[in-house]
Amino acid sequence: MPHIAVEGVTIEFPLYHIGARSLKKRLLAKSRLRQDEGNRVVVAALRELDFRIEAGERVALIGHNGAGKTTLLRTLAGVYQPVAGRLEVVGEIGSLIDPAAGMDQESTGRENIVLRGLFRGLSEAQSTAMADAIGAFSDLGEFLDVPVRTYSAGMQVRLAFAMATVMEPQVLLMDEWFLAGDAAFMQKAREKLGELVNDADILVLATHDMAIVREWCTRAIRLEAGRIVADGPAEEVTRGM
Amino acid sequence: MLDQSLPREVATPVYRFDAATPRRRDAAVGDLLTGFRRWRLPAALAWLDLRNRYRGSVLGPFWMTLSTAAMVFGLGFLYSNLLKVPLPEYLPFVAVSLILWNVINQIANDACTSLTSAEGIIRQMPLPYSVHVLRCVFRNVLIAAHNLPLILLVFLVCGIWPRAAWLAALPGLALLMVNGFFVALFLGMLCARFRDIGPIVGSAMQLLFFLSPVLWKPELLGPRAEWLLLNPAYTLMEVVRGPLLDGGAGFGVWLSALVFTGLAAVVAIVFFVRFRGRIAFWV
Repeated sequence: MPHIAVEGVTIEFPLYHIGARSLKKRLLAKSRLRQDEGNRVVVAALRELDFRIEAGERVALIGHNGAGKTTLLRTLAGVYQPVAGRLEVVGEIGSLIDPAAGMDQESTGRENIVLRGLFRGLSEAQSTAMADAIGAFSDLGEFLDVPVRTYSAGMQVRLAFAMATVMEPQVLLMDEWFLAGDAAFMQKAREKLGELVNDADILVLATHDMAIVREWCTRAIRLEAGRIVADGPAEEVTRGM
Repeated sequence: MLDQSLPREVATPVYRFDAATPRRRDAAVGDLLTGFRRWRLPAALAWLDLRNRYRGSVLGPFWMTLSTAAMVFGLGFLYSNLLKVPLPEYLPFVAVSLILWNVINQIANDACTSLTSAEGIIRQMPLPYSVHVLRCVFRNVLIAAHNLPLILLVFLVCGIWPRAAWLAALPGLALLMVNGFFVALFLGMLCARFRDIGPIVGSAMQLLFFLSPVLWKPELLGPRAEWLLLNPAYTLMEVVRGPLLDGGAGFGVWLSALVFTGLAAVVAIVFFVRFRGRIAFWV
C-alpha cells in the first residue's frame, strides 16, 4: 500500500553568496538562520518534521508564504535530500510542482506529451498512445498541434494537469497553481482527483485556499516557519481561518 | 481505458532516504546507470536545444557550418601568408585544427552550465543528474556533426582523397566525447557551487588556444614539443587530427589523452559521489 513516512526530517538551505560579516550578523539575529559547522549561513526550511500519511488520505499543506510548503513537496518528490531524518515514500510519485518545468515552449502540445513520456521513462510509442487521452481530457482540440508558447495560462495548466494525472500516480504531489483553471476544468479536475484518491492513493496539496482544503482534503497539516503547528482533520485545522 | 494500454509497473516503487546512512555511492552509481539507460531523453532534449536556438532562421544550424567555413578559409589565407606555408599544405591542417578546437572549446564552456541550465527541471522532478550532463554532451555532438563534414570538403578541395587510415580518428573522437562527459559532470557541479569558475574556464580556454598548436604546427617548437604532451587540449585534439593528417597519432599522444581522460573520470566520479545530494541546493 502506498504511504509516506517522515521522521525528523530537516532541510537547510545554504545561503552561499552572503559575504559581508555585518549582514551575516544581522541575519543571524533572526531565528530561522544559523551558522552550521562549516561556518555557512543556512536557512532552516523544514525543522524536524514527523508525520505519516496512509493510503487514501488527501492532505492539504497550509501556512503562510515561506512556511515550507513547496519545500516539503519537493522533499517528498526526492528533489531535496534532508540533512537529518528519515524519509520513505512508497508508491509511484507524480509531482505537479511547477507546470512549466520540463515543458518546451516551442514544441506543440503533442510533442510535449511525448517529451513528458520520455521524462517519465516511457517509450515513444507509449507516450504517443497517451497523447489522445491527454488531448481529450485537457479539451485542447486543435491546439494540441500548436506550439505551447501560444497557449493561454489556463490552457497550459490544463495540459500539465492532464499529463501529470494520465499516468495515475499513486502519490500525487501538487502545488496550488493548477487552481488557475476555469470552473468547467476545475470540476473535471476534482472528479479526476477523486478517482485517483479513491484507488487508495495519496494526494498532498499545498494551498492557501481554505475552501479548497475543506472541500478536497481529509486532513490538513499547518506549517509555520518550517515546523508543524497543527495536524488533524481538515475541518478542525482550518476552523476560524 | 488507459489502464489497459499502459503497463503499470509491477513492483511498487519506493523512495527511501536516511540522512544517517546516505549511501552516497549507490545513489551516484544508480544515477549514472539510469541516466545512460534512458539516453533517449537527453538526446531528445539536446535536439530541442539546437532546434530552438535556430528557430525561424532559414539556414538553421547550418549557420554554424557557414561561420566555421568562413573562419577556416579566412584564417587559412592569413596564416599561410604569415607563416610562409603554401596554402594547399596549410589549409587542411588549419581546417582540422580549428574545427576540432571549436568542439573542445565549446564542450569546455558548455560544461560549466550543464547543471545550472537545467535548474527548472532539477527542482521539479528527481531525474538522474547524468541526464543533464548527457544532454550537454549530445548537444555538442550535434553541433560537431554540423562542422566535422567541412573537413572532408576542405580535403577534397585541396586534392586529398579519403584514406583507410582516417578511420583511426573515430576512437579519438569517442575518447574526446567520453572526456567531455566527465568534464561536463565535474565542471557542471563546480560551476553550480562556485559561480566564478565559469568565467575562469572561459578565459583559460582562450589562453589555451594560443598555447596549443592550433594555428601553428607542433614541429615549430623543436625539441621542446614534448612538453605539449602535458596539454590535455592538445593531446585530445591530436588523437583525431593525427590520423587525418599524418596517418596516425603517436604513442605519447594517446597515452597522455588516455591518462587525462582517466584523471577527469576519477575526479568527476569522486566529486559526484560526495556531493550529488547537494546539487539541488546549488543550482
